Amino acid sequence: MSVLVYVEAAEGKFRKPAYEASTYGAKVGAMLGVEAHALCVGEAEEESLKSLGDYGIKKVWVVKDARLRNFDPMVYAKVIAQAESQTNADVLVLIQNYNGKAIAPVLAAKLRAGLVAGAIELPVIEGDSFLVKKNVFSGKAYATYEMHSPKKIISLMPNTVAPQKTENLATVQEFKPVLSDTDFKVTVKEVVKAAGSISLSDAEIVVSGGRGLKGPENWGMLEEMANLLGAATACSRPVADIHWRPHTEHVGQTGIAIRPNLYIAIGISGAIQHLAGVNGSKVMVVINKDPEAPFFKAADYGIVGDAFEVVPKLNEALRKFKAGN
Amino acid sequence: MKILVCISKTPDTTTKISFTENSTKFNNDKVQFIINPYDEWYALVRAIELKEKPSAAVTVTVINVGGADNDAIIRKALAIGGDDAVRIDAEPDDAFFVADQIAQFARNEQYDIILLGKETIDYNGSQVGGMIAGLLDLPFISLASSLDLEGNSATVERDISGGKEVLSVQVPFVVSASKGMAEARIPNMRGIMAARTKPIKVLPPFASAKLTSVKKYDVPKEKAGPKMISADHPEELVSLLHNEARVI
Repeated sequence: MSVLVYVEAAEGKFRKPAYEASTYGAKVGAMLGVEAHALCVGEAEEESLKSLGDYGIKKVWVVKDARLRNFDPMVYAKVIAQAESQTNADVLVLIQNYNGKAIAPVLAAKLRAGLVAGAIELPVIEGDSFLVKKNVFSGKAYATYEMHSPKKIISLMPNTVAPQKTENLATVQEFKPVLSDTDFKVTVKEVVKAAGSISLSDAEIVVSGGRGLKGPENWGMLEEMANLLGAATACSRPVADIHWRPHTEHVGQTGIAIRPNLYIAIGISGAIQHLAGVNGSKVMVVINKDPEAPFFKAADYGIVGDAFEVVPKLNEALRKFKAGN
Repeated sequence: MKILVCISKTPDTTTKISFTENSTKFNNDKVQFIINPYDEWYALVRAIELKEKPSAAVTVTVINVGGADNDAIIRKALAIGGDDAVRIDAEPDDAFFVADQIAQFARNEQYDIILLGKETIDYNGSQVGGMIAGLLDLPFISLASSLDLEGNSATVERDISGGKEVLSVQVPFVVSASKGMAEARIPNMRGIMAARTKPIKVLPPFASAKLTSVKKYDVPKEKAGPKMISADHPEELVSLLHNEARVI
């Protein structure tokens, strides 16, 4: 028996979600008294692969098949299912990001495994009872799921567990899945990527703007704040709809759901659809000139004031804070 | 070209959520139910748009897993433009069970495209589409923001971290729709009248398994209200975020 964690590398290295998933998988392994292994598809540096041992992974299986350079959930699920069989894994852990959301259900169907998609806590395991908690009703409630199947898949929300570093190295072994050319049914014609920005779903701090900023030319002060905080930038739906900011920055029910440690909402009134995408944030700051903005009810800290006066002052304060720390 | 659109019934976004039976059941009382917006606004409307193209020979079948009280939302989907509907008469309380019902129905019907929303706004799992694809061994394209057809070949745009991918795939396949695939439509009177005579086939459930169940629900703790900081002294916020909240 084992726990198998699916991790993704970007440009040869792992980012925080891979370490979070490894830490989570190792903890579940410890609860069950079994080893945690990881599976990495694609080009990752040997050092990075070994470094997963720091987060509790005993063995890393690496797949180096050039045909897997393009992401296809059907093929990836097939690879992971074969690795599941090889490692005799009963619990699989993925991250609930764009790719994880696509792979996990395909894998669940193939393995007839129960899936909790978007877990926000470690499972509670007592005897045969295996309970996992997730957000439901767009963050208005939590549901604790009981998993009845022998094989279990947990797809973890980013920022759910803090990566815990130790001083161990994982052993690395190549895993060669059996794939035929007929498995590849989807062709990638083009990839359009916004360059250089911090990935929104992985970001620990997010600075977000709404219609209160009056125009795309005023985003400079938000970008400055994001730079000072090492944060990603985001926006509300109307802002994306009128093309002040790209759709990839749109957070909320129709955009992407995020749960950073700190969410700073500037000039966003806080419609329920927006809150649905951000209410998992640990700490929320709201800056709005309307004291009646519904967002204040959800906030931990609030400033009633004009963004054009408050944000430059706040940036100045952040600059001083950064210089002193 | 045969398109199957899967619709789910969800509480309206603005509905107040509560639970009964010692927080183990969702409280349906006084809840306004709607078609899951991703299924309706994006998946169903895009299927209808493909049908409306000149020279397109497309039929759109709507499928739902649920009880007789779901017929109201199924009629709405028919009013928007679906040709016919299938309801599998079973409680849809596990994603695998729902996906398996749809997959078992679709297996013998030779659909070219199975379309549904990227997630439901109640259980937010993004599971059913991928599971149907997995069960039927069909290509799966998740979080698609556009879908175009030329003969049996489709061009699909998929959201990825920080951008998008343009993909090409041959029918049959399964697609989950995100925002951007189509614009929401309101059914017109002609559609509503026509929907009354369109058939809804009710089928008994197929043998399947429920792999998960909700043991209990709870709600987030009410916040005490925000700590307000004067607009003249935003530096106080920096100090609170560092010393109190410890997030910077």
